[in-house]
Amino acid sequence: MSASYALLGILGKQPSYGYDLKKDYDSYYGKEKPLAFGQVYATLSRLLRDRKVTIEQTTEQSGGPERKLYAITSLGRKDLETWLASPEKLHPNTQTVLFIKVVTSILLDKDADAYLDAQKAAHIERMRQLTVVRREGDLAQMLQADYALFHLEADLRWVDTTSARLQKLSKEIRSER
Amino acid sequence: MSDSEYIVQAKNLQKSFGATPALQGASLEVKRGEIVAIMGASGSGKSTLLHCVAGIFKPDSGEVWYDGKRLNDMSEEARTKLRRSAFGFVFQFGQLVPELTAEDNIALPLLLNKVSRHKAYATAQPWFKRLGIEGMEKHRTGEMSGGQAQRVALARALAIQPTILFADEPTGSLDSLASEQVMELLVDAAHQQGTTVVLVTHDPRIAAYADREVMVRDGKVTATNHKAKVVR
Ligand SMILES: Nc1ncnc2c1ncn2[C@@H]1O[C@H](COP(=O)(O)OP(=O)(O)OP(=O)(O)O)[C@@H](O)[C@H]1O
Ligand SMILES: [Mg+2]
Repeated sequence: MSASYALLGILGKQPSYGYDLKKDYDSYYGKEKPLAFGQVYATLSRLLRDRKVTIEQTTEQSGGPERKLYAITSLGRKDLETWLASPEKLHPNTQTVLFIKVVTSILLDKDADAYLDAQKAAHIERMRQLTVVRREGDLAQMLQADYALFHLEADLRWVDTTSARLQKLSKEIRSER
Repeated sequence: MSDSEYIVQAKNLQKSFGATPALQGASLEVKRGEIVAIMGASGSGKSTLLHCVAGIFKPDSGEVWYDGKRLNDMSEEARTKLRRSAFGFVFQFGQLVPELTAEDNIALPLLLNKVSRHKAYATAQPWFKRLGIEGMEKHRTGEMSGGQAQRVALARALAIQPTILFADEPTGSLDSLASEQVMELLVDAAHQQGTTVVLVTHDPRIAAYADREVMVRDGKVTATNHKAKVVR
């Protein structure tokens, strides 16, 4: 979904061949995880079907398949701009799972603190990897790593707060049993 | 023992302030060249642990070993000497003399170690460029920004080429960009000099610069991240 808008965005700047689109995508977003060619062409054919892009020009290549120059349509640009203007939904999944684990630990009389500490260690481990990426990467990679780091940090603040309120939470849960 | 892989070992430390127990059996082992973060909630005993390990506080019981020597057995004089020559300290506030210039502050610990005046200032000099504060040599540290002063504090701690650097919330008063810069400098300098670093922080982003973290809860070290590898 977001890959399709990312490609549409690149085409929003100028028409491009599939190969160059992939290269551009990888240089902006895919240093860690490049986009597969298959995915580029599958996405382009979906965008073609939905009339968000069009083939502006086809060039014969001696001995190879023809090269197609893709361009964004006005429908595509409108869709892209609507997408850009709409805020993303938050993904509450991580928090839900963490909370279920805490409550389950309490229900089973297991050490919820130990679980929270382990979770914290796992988060910091990931943050450590991202910190290396940040220190060695270019500005784009650094900003993407920052985004992930701040999210992990937010999770950890929740872990710390929960940890500080564990006794109270245990009491509440046990009295409900 | 001195060729042991641990530069510091603290075993079962207990320390109370009056009726308040601060450490209740805390243990910590730090390998040579390692950067370790001590984490934990406010009041959990992180600073007390750091101060005991650094020989600033005497634990009520338990042992601290530094490079094969038992700190408990050393005289106050010997411990002071060790702290001056082998230990570097960076704290959140206050270890700089605000009326002195940046270069005086960096030269001071060297002068205390009986390094000649000329040599002390010559040693202080390259740190200004290294830490991105060149031109500030003659500024009084009391008139510098928090981030600039913290770099001076870092230079001051590292200029004696300590074997081990102890830092308590070294970025505590800085915003995230300045914290990050100070941590980059700290980690780079530590790697270059092979300095071991033990740092207290409650900030996971800071802890992520360390090779591994330990967690303190109610005066005990409850968890050590053994999985984290030293990545260089
Ligand atoms: N000099 C002191 N006199 C009396 N009590 C002290 C002293 N230093 C620490 N304590 C107490 O010992 C306990 C541990 O304090 P410590 O400073 O080690 O915590 P900390 O983990 O560093 O906390 P913070 O994150 O807030 O700095 C606390 O209950 C504190 O009140
Ligand atoms: Mg403290």
